[in-house]
Amino acid sequence: MRLELLAELNAARASRRAAVVVTELPGGAQRLVRDPAGDPLEAEIRAALRSGRSGVVEAHGARWFLTAHVPAPRMVVTGAVHISQALAPMAAAVGFAVAIVDPRTAFATSERFPGVDLRAEWPDVVLPGLALDPFTAFAALTHDPKIDDPALKAALDAGCFYVGALGSRKTHAARRDRLAAAGASEEALDRVRAPIGLSIGAASPAEIAVAILAEVVAALRRPEERRA
Amino acid sequence: MTPGADLLSIAEEWARAGRGVALATVVETWGSAPRPVGSHLVIDGDGRFEGSVSGGCVEGAVVAEAAEVIADGAPRMLEFGVADETAWRVGLSCGGRIRVFVEKVA
Repeated sequence: MRLELLAELNAARASRRAAVVVTELPGGAQRLVRDPAGDPLEAEIRAALRSGRSGVVEAHGARWFLTAHVPAPRMVVTGAVHISQALAPMAAAVGFAVAIVDPRTAFATSERFPGVDLRAEWPDVVLPGLALDPFTAFAALTHDPKIDDPALKAALDAGCFYVGALGSRKTHAARRDRLAAAGASEEALDRVRAPIGLSIGAASPAEIAVAILAEVVAALRRPEERRA
Repeated sequence: MTPGADLLSIAEEWARAGRGVALATVVETWGSAPRPVGSHLVIDGDGRFEGSVSGGCVEGAVVAEAAEVIADGAPRMLEFGVADETAWRVGLSCGGRIRVFVEKVA
């Protein structure tokens, strides 16, 4: 591997950008692909980026090794609520780095969230530092528009791979109107999963956390399957 | 998530320090391989290494081969498995088979 290619790869990884190293086998000719559009191995590279898995592919009469470098997924949640208490350890077990944002200091206590990255601040203060990106899942769980709305807007603007919001269809219709007034496009608003979570009849906070986490994993691994 | 993610920083650091460096990567596995595809081992010209491609079973053989790769610059594809007498001796006893690509970083 050329040192310049390795340096470019390390720079991409450090700034949480996805990249794939394409190595021709057995000769070892290599290139770094950050945007697969138009690449001769576009489909294979997209699949590697989606799964995050490296592997050998055969195409155009040759064999290639694709090394997928995909940033570790993160989850940012507004609301240090009961559901979040269950969701944070579950998401961590699945491999997400979790951060919880809630300016209400009665909710955001380390006693309620032991070992969790907890930010007792308003979203507009704390979200810039959290640097939401396309490898971040965002869930709005406070039920309070003053907290959830600005964070939802920021998550949509950042291209988070998953954006979900707690609340009934009626609540969500009102939320759509508010976010549209705040400048969110219809297309962006269609990306918000609400009611949040897969429909599994979840009843308890922990079950709702399971429904949310499963929906997040599906969005990560099968981004082409959009829920109707 | 990438297995051995920080090893690539080590490889860059070593190469920038002027050391001969080889990067070994697990490219294919069959059966119960000890380390997943994409796992790295970084080796320098003095045989120092970081990371793992097999959890200790075949690292010695990979490090030896890496010295050749550093010396002549040509990449190598190594295969270890139970069918391979050498590999059996060096101990990939889990019953799996792995293919490791070793390339120079320069």
